[in-house]
Amino acid sequence: MNNDYATARDLYQQTDSDADVLTDPEIAHLIVNHDKVLGMHGVPGLNIKTEQIEQGLNIEIDLESQHKINKPVHLCFGMLPERGTQRIEMKVNIGDNSSIAILAHCVFPRAIKVKHIMNAEILIGENAVYSYQEKHVHSDSGGVEVIPKAKIVVGKNSRFSTEFVLLKGRVGIIDVDYAAEGLEYSVIDMNARISGLQDDVIKINEQAYLNGEHSTAVLTSKIAVRDRARAQINNKIVASAPYARGHVDCKEIVQDQGVANAVPIVEVAHPKAHVTHEAAIGSVDNKQLETLMSRGISEDEAVEMIIQGLLSK
Amino acid sequence: MSVLEVKNLSLTLDGKKILDNLSLEFWEGYIHAVVGPNGAGKSSLASTIMGLNGYHNFDGDILFKGNSLKQVSIDERAKFGLTLSWQEPARFEGLSVSDFILASAKQKNKEIAENALNTVGLEPASYLFRSVDKTLSGGERKKIELASIMVMEPVIAMMDEPDSGIDIASIEKIFEVIKILKKRGTTIILITHSLAVLDQADHAFLICRGQLQDKGSVEKISQYFKSVCEPCDHKNKPDGTIQSIDKQNSDIFQVDKGEKDE
Ligand SMILES: Nc1ncnc2c1ncn2[C@@H]1O[C@H](COP(=O)(O)OP(=O)(O)O)[C@@H](O)[C@H]1O
Ligand SMILES: [Mg+2]
Repeated sequence: MNNDYATARDLYQQTDSDADVLTDPEIAHLIVNHDKVLGMHGVPGLNIKTEQIEQGLNIEIDLESQHKINKPVHLCFGMLPERGTQRIEMKVNIGDNSSIAILAHCVFPRAIKVKHIMNAEILIGENAVYSYQEKHVHSDSGGVEVIPKAKIVVGKNSRFSTEFVLLKGRVGIIDVDYAAEGLEYSVIDMNARISGLQDDVIKINEQAYLNGEHSTAVLTSKIAVRDRARAQINNKIVASAPYARGHVDCKEIVQDQGVANAVPIVEVAHPKAHVTHEAAIGSVDNKQLETLMSRGISEDEAVEMIIQGLLSK
Repeated sequence: MSVLEVKNLSLTLDGKKILDNLSLEFWEGYIHAVVGPNGAGKSSLASTIMGLNGYHNFDGDILFKGNSLKQVSIDERAKFGLTLSWQEPARFEGLSVSDFILASAKQKNKEIAENALNTVGLEPASYLFRSVDKTLSGGERKKIELASIMVMEPVIAMMDEPDSGIDIASIEKIFEVIKILKKRGTTIILITHSLAVLDQADHAFLICRGQLQDKGSVEKISQYFKSVCEPCDHKNKPDGTIQSIDKQNSDIFQVDKGEKDE
C-alpha cells in the first residue's frame, strides 16, 4: 500500500493539485494507475465499486438519493508507463435530490504511446446536479490518444455539466463523443477548451437531445490549432419539446498550417422550441494582436495571451 | 527637440491618396494635437506611425529620435516607448483587466494596475478580474486602455479620439490622465476632431485631406478649425477641391493642388 500511496502522490503532483486531498476524510477519491486501484475513499451516500478487466477497470459510482456531496470528488486516471492502453468502463447513477461534483484528472506524463479509452453511462435522477470536470496532463511527445464516449440522461429538473481541459503537454489525439438527453426543465452544459500544436488532432462530437419541456442545452467549444494541428468540431442540438432552448457556440483560432472545421447542427422539431448557433473560425484577431504588440508584447507572446484568454473561462 | 518626425509622408490605400506629403515634428515633452475633420487621415497617420498592418507602403519617412522606423515592427516600436490607444479599443475574450494592464507594465505588480485604474476613474475591486470583452462598455474599455498605457510609461503616447465613447462626467478624468502623463515626461499626440480635446494641447497641427493645412498655437488652430473646418462641407474627396475656404486664410492654407494630375 505504501508503494501505491507513493505512486498516487506522484500522479497527483503532476496535476499541480494539492496531494493533501488524498488524506482529507471529507473528500472522496479514487486513484487508478493503468488497471490498478491505488487508493479509494468514500463518503456517506457515495458508493464506488471497481472491478479489474483486461487493460482497465469497471467503475460504478452510485450516489444515493438525498445526498449532497459538498466537496468535489477526486478521480485520477493515470498511466505512468510510457506505453499501453487503459480502458475505463464507467457507470454513474445519481439519485434524486442529490448533487455531486467530480474532478477527474487524466495523467499520462511520460506517454510515448498511450491510449485511454473511457466509456461512460451516466444516469441522473430528478432534481439532481452532476458536474464533471476533466483535466488532462499529457506528455509533450504527442503520443497520447484519448477516446472518451459518454451517454447521459439528465432527469427532470436536473443539471449536467462537463468541462474538458488540457492542463499540460500535447493533445496527441483527442476524440470526444458525448450524447446527452434532457428531460423536463433539465440543463445540459458541455464545454471543451483545447489547444492543439504540431500534428495534434482534436475531434469533438457532442450531442444534446432536448426531449423535455423547458429543457436547455449549451454546447461550447473553444479550440486553438497551431502548427499543423487539426480540429473537427461537430456539435448538435435537437430540440423536440415545447420551450426547449439550445445554443451551440464554437470558437476556433487557427494559426500557422492549422486546420479547423466546425459543423454546428441544430434541429428543431417543435414550433415552440428554439435553438441558435454561432461559429467563428479564423486567425487571431488583428486588432487584438496589434493592440498587445503596441504595448511592447512580442507577436508570439501576444498570440499566446489571446489563445489563453479564449481557452480560459 | 523633436522626438518624432514625420517627413514627407504620403500613403496610398486602395488607389486612394490618404496622406499627402505630410511633414510634422513632435517636440519632446509637449502635448500635441493633430486635428482635422472626419476622414482627414488622422487615424491613418497614427496607424502608419505605429507601423500597423497595411500601413507600410508609404513614401517619406518616420523618425524616432532621429532613427527611421521603416523596418521596425510594432512591438519593437513599443519597446522604444511609442504606443497608441485606439479610437475603438479591441475586445479580448477571457483576458482579465488585470492581465491586460500588467502585460504592458514596466513593473508587474498588482498595486501598479490598481493605481492606474484608480487614476482613470475605475474602481479596481470591481474591474481587475473582469474580462476586457463585450461585457464592458466602449467607454470602460477606453479607460482600461488608457490605464494600460499609463503603466507602460511610454516616451510617446498617441491617443486616437481620446474622448470618444466617454461620458461627459468622465472627460475631465481623461484630461487629468493626459496631464499626469505629460508631467511624467511622456510626449502626447492627441488625435481628434473635438475642440475640447484640442484645448488640452500645447501645440497643434491641422490636417485636411491628408495634407498639413496649418500648425501652431492651440488658439490659432482652434480659431481656424472653428471658422473654416466646421462650416466646411466638403466631403474629403481626394479628387474634389476645397470650396468653402475663406480666401483670407489662403496664406496659411496650402491651396489644394489636386490629385488629378497624379
Ligand atoms: N484601408 C483603407 N483603404 C482605403 N481607404 C481607407 C482605408 N482606411 C481609411 N481609408 C480612407 O482614408 C480616409 C482617412 O481615414 P481616417 O484616417 O480614418 O480619417 P480620420 O481618422 O481623420 O477620420 C477616409 O476617407 C477613409 O475612408
Ligand atoms: Mg479617426
